[in-house]
Amino acid sequence: MAGAALALAGLFVSLYLWLWKIGVLGVLACGDGGCETVQLSSYASLFGIPVAFVGVVGYAAMLAVALAGLHGRAAARAWPTTALLALSAGGVAFTAYLTYLEAAVIHAWCRWCVVSAVIVTLIFVVALVGLRRKSWLAVSG
Amino acid sequence: MAAQRLTGFYAGLAAIVVIGAGALWLARRSGQGTGPQVVDPAPAVTPGSFQGYVQGSDSAPVTIIEYADFECPACMQFAVLTGPDIKRRLVETGRVRWIFRDFPIEGHRNSMPAHLAAACADEQGRFWEMHDQLFFNHRRWVLESRPERRIRDLAGAIGLDDKRFNECLSSARYRDRILATRQIGVERGVSSTPTFEVNNLRVTGALGFDSLRVLVDRLSPPKP
Repeated sequence: MAGAALALAGLFVSLYLWLWKIGVLGVLACGDGGCETVQLSSYASLFGIPVAFVGVVGYAAMLAVALAGLHGRAAARAWPTTALLALSAGGVAFTAYLTYLEAAVIHAWCRWCVVSAVIVTLIFVVALVGLRRKSWLAVSG
Repeated sequence: MAAQRLTGFYAGLAAIVVIGAGALWLARRSGQGTGPQVVDPAPAVTPGSFQGYVQGSDSAPVTIIEYADFECPACMQFAVLTGPDIKRRLVETGRVRWIFRDFPIEGHRNSMPAHLAAACADEQGRFWEMHDQLFFNHRRWVLESRPERRIRDLAGAIGLDDKRFNECLSSARYRDRILATRQIGVERGVSSTPTFEVNNLRVTGALGFDSLRVLVDRLSPPKP
């Protein structure tokens, strides 16, 4: 449940950055302009796709998997949590790379990107704890 | 019990959706810039001091003062998307006198070199050309750890005297004036860029042409 709530929050953060990137929102609420600097850098797109949109898709997938794991037979099985763990692990790795770029290459911090980094890391931790608990229940049950 | 927990959980998710969608809606509204606020029309500049870079007729019925930072992406967006229309349809037609005032934001490490470069270009009567070079080629210098070389290239592209420009840029002799101009903005209540004073109305954000034209029309209705 916590994973789904976090994924939904992350979805809105990445949606906010993506909508700015495509010109729907005029000004980013970011304080010192770091978000714009990062979002306008050449690293804000990956093979022509805005990184923020990759975030939208990633969080949507994590939300779908987390919700699927709450219902029916899937609730008792490990695969939804494993899928959430795999997706969030990919998210953590990708975010670590982007954070490195902000710190070492772009020399600017996008606060919303940092918020997203925290969220995806929390999803990873939640999925890890959830998977361990399900494994323990399977052994003891 | 489990059904009750799920109901509570979905109520929580619905709350996140409402908050998130509301925040995006508000962001979209505020992104269009703030509504006009009435400000003190009294001149903040003492006689003899630098009032900013001016273009347009002194007898224009409307004066617009822009407080901008060359590194600020919203200022770049305004200069690239709206600037050409403003110049052609409001300034060159004699309806608006446009004043650009330096407002380098603290923490924007490449702002000061850019504002110095613009001041040095002004020494050679080319401020507005340098203004356009800096904004239209934003990506070429804004992320550089040492932007001066790229900025010198831009100066060369508009035909500035290299020696004079480089000497001026290295001396940083306009630094105090730029900071003093910024201070005028601070005292006028400017807290973000770009901010515009349209006679005695203040608006902020990367406004579109129509948003500014409406204000100009209100202050000085166009002649039929």
